[in-house]
Amino acid sequence: MSDQAYNFAYLDEATKRMIRRAILKGLAVPGYQVPFASREMPMPYGWGTGGVQVTAACLTPEDTLKVIDQGADDTTNAVSIRTFFERTAGVATTTQTAQASVIQTRHRIPEEPLRAGQILVYQVPIPEPLRFLEPRESETRKMHALEEYGLMHVKLYEDIARHGEISTAYAYPVRVEGRYVMDPSPIPKFDNPKLGNCPAIQLFGAGREQRIYALPPYCDVVSLDFEDHPFTPSKADHDCDLCGCATSYLDEVITDDQGGRMFVCSDTDFCETRRDAGHRGRLSPEETA
Amino acid sequence: MYVATKGGERAIEAAHAWLAEERRGDPAVPELSLAQIREQMALAVNRVMAEGSLFDPDLAALAIKQARGDLIEAIFLIRAYRTTLPRFGASLPIATEDMAITRRVSATFKDIPGGQILGPTFDYTHRLLDFKLAAEGAPVPTAACKPADANPAPHILALLDRDELMEPLEHSDATPPDLTREPLEMPAERALRLQALTRGDEGFVLSMAYSTQRGYGRTHAFVGELRIGRCAVEMDIPELGFSVEIGEVELSECETVNQFTGSKTEPPQFTRGYGLVFGQNERKAISMSLVDRALRWQELGEDDTGAPAQDAEFVLYHCDNIQATGFLEHIKLPHYVDFQSELELIRRLRRDAKAPQQEAAQ
Repeated sequence: MSDQAYNFAYLDEATKRMIRRAILKGLAVPGYQVPFASREMPMPYGWGTGGVQVTAACLTPEDTLKVIDQGADDTTNAVSIRTFFERTAGVATTTQTAQASVIQTRHRIPEEPLRAGQILVYQVPIPEPLRFLEPRESETRKMHALEEYGLMHVKLYEDIARHGEISTAYAYPVRVEGRYVMDPSPIPKFDNPKLGNCPAIQLFGAGREQRIYALPPYCDVVSLDFEDHPFTPSKADHDCDLCGCATSYLDEVITDDQGGRMFVCSDTDFCETRRDAGHRGRLSPEETA
Repeated sequence: MYVATKGGERAIEAAHAWLAEERRGDPAVPELSLAQIREQMALAVNRVMAEGSLFDPDLAALAIKQARGDLIEAIFLIRAYRTTLPRFGASLPIATEDMAITRRVSATFKDIPGGQILGPTFDYTHRLLDFKLAAEGAPVPTAACKPADANPAPHILALLDRDELMEPLEHSDATPPDLTREPLEMPAERALRLQALTRGDEGFVLSMAYSTQRGYGRTHAFVGELRIGRCAVEMDIPELGFSVEIGEVELSECETVNQFTGSKTEPPQFTRGYGLVFGQNERKAISMSLVDRALRWQELGEDDTGAPAQDAEFVLYHCDNIQATGFLEHIKLPHYVDFQSELELIRRLRRDAKAPQQEAAQ
């Protein structure tokens, strides 16, 4: 199946070695952004070129790959990236979280807890959590080196002063092993608690910005907050209308122009597995028929 | 009902098929050949080669055809292809003083050794639509020829150099850094800045250069020399023990003469800006040399006036149109999850903001 004109998983071995070195360094210094010589990939920057390069460097022929975008396996870009690796690496693919050894994701962490031996690869647009406070890379690198995170706390404080709470709903900054402040990629802050103490390896790839960073298994990850304004993960105040789950992250789907809407699990594999097991929600087909 | 995010695979296939049909256009109109694009859209081909960082007119023509004439898309195709090519080695530095010149002008001296050659330029054309071109089968235009000037055409700035009016060139045999192999890190040395600029978006580099002319980091530039032509590319072959010519590339080279630097101990000297681009693309070459000069403020002991063109981080991180267009256009990809979290947040903030008002009203 794989296109013979290209090396296994598209990238040449020297490039993969360069990326693996960056990954290993990232794992050794959790939360630190390792510069790497990102290559031009056959998909545009912003489509997950960092994640694709990290996945390509991790894949072995025995791996089973799952690709999700917004939690779903069937969104167009997830389909496109999965097809890319089917073509260039010929690896087995799956939509089931438990079956996958490597999972590439954009914007979500699967609902089903990850296990040891799995690798979760995040696509990252802006790896620098301080970027919108300080646009200069030369400055932000210094701030990380000196552990100078006061600016971030001032920003969070100003949020509270203005809105009564920290008004960051996704890409919510975390502190890793008490050292580096890290951008967890634009996952909803609902997913933040899953970052820490996770048995799986978590790798973050930013292609355009040429950075790789990592969370080794069982790493300590704390979402930034204040004692009197503790971090709270949030989700829509509903149950899934298809599987009835009350604890999963939900997408809001507009169903008509009269304000009608339904809420469904953003993790499609999780939702389908529950429905197959007999769970039903408010709008499950049997009940609406 | 919940099918909006289903069927991604079918949608992609259908979109690709439609795109292929649109690319071909009306089948009653003859298909473009690569040779037609290469020969008659040469300046588009040049731009794709320059910003794609790959000198291959046929591949650039193919990319333009495949991209339906979208040059940034064509540049992207070339970049993605280029990155897969094995590297056998590096050429020797190109000797632009030995260029087979097709165009050479100096804005600083009326007559120059080797002569001024206007060459194939739009400069003095009147921009009137030539409706004769709309008719096909016009006679093939021909231009008069004369034998090439046998006299050498040294770089004009080298002549000023001899009188010590120019800041001296710093010679170095160090291997220049390569931003396609190493991540861009700041501060970037001049060789790296020049590499980024020559690959940079023509429009961006042009606007940056233009801003320096209008006062945002003044460069006071004169075009000391602009030369366009073909240069031999030589490579050392270790097995042979000498270098052989492996091909030719067309280049546009621009050297600007800019206002002085100097100090109490050093008399003032003119300063340099440099631009070098694949193909005939003098707009890009001139723009590049102005931006290069503006970025050199620190080493020349000038003040940072806060102008965008003086800011290496700003210029270098934003001049690449493949990075820019990718990140810009990615916002059309699904962001349901992030938007959902923002929806929840704004609803909560609005509810909290309204609550005290309602209490007060009661």
